[in-house]
Amino acid sequence: MSVNAPTREITVRYFAWLREKTGISEERVMVPDSIATVADLVELLRARGPEFDAAFAHASAVRAAIDHAHAKPQASIAQAREVAFFPPVTGG
Amino acid sequence: MSVRVQQADFDVSDEIAALTRGNESIGAVATFIGKVRAGGQEASLRSMTLEHYPGMTEAELSRIEAEAAQRFELSASLVVHRVGELVPGDNIVLVIACAPHRGNAFAACEFLMDYLKTRAPFWKKETSADGEGKWVDARESDEETAQRWRIAHS
Repeated sequence: MSVNAPTREITVRYFAWLREKTGISEERVMVPDSIATVADLVELLRARGPEFDAAFAHASAVRAAIDHAHAKPQASIAQAREVAFFPPVTGG
Repeated sequence: MSVRVQQADFDVSDEIAALTRGNESIGAVATFIGKVRAGGQEASLRSMTLEHYPGMTEAELSRIEAEAAQRFELSASLVVHRVGELVPGDNIVLVIACAPHRGNAFAACEFLMDYLKTRAPFWKKETSADGEGKWVDARESDEETAQRWRIAHS
């Protein structure tokens, strides 16, 4: 990415075993505008290191939310302030 | 209509009294309590730790409750979910649905639990007697159970 590529800052949060595998619960990520969807963001994060690659290795076991609402991999993150990743929920 | 996430235990009779006070349209109150059970996925369960996504949990539970209120014409409802470390026998979740008649109160209680289990961002980690921790896997059958409401509605 060139220094002039337009970017925005998104809060990324991890829960349950995604938090344990990445070693992070919350971070601010500079996201280039070319990253349009949740799936694009996953690819960006996976490229950052082996712990991120491992955390996202099984795509079917990872769910996402945009600004506190469930979101599909193809959902746009153009307006997102916060994106969260977590396993399928097990409450109740 | 309200939802609460808390570490503390709840008292079902106190909650029913507070929820129904002064509301004389209520003819039926259905309640569900989910508890920590010994001998689940982890046979020698010592404790269970519940994690959640503050902010989204309340938002999602409120969406589920609003849907139930509209669909079953509820007079009042309450969802209380505990987080933190719990041991076998402890309460986890309380759902109360109040309606003029029992049919809608029973159905709403079941609907609220089915959707809570597949939509609300809670995760359970079990710790066995030897101290080993294991995240509980989501059950395919819970997703299928929630799906039937969608089919029935369409």
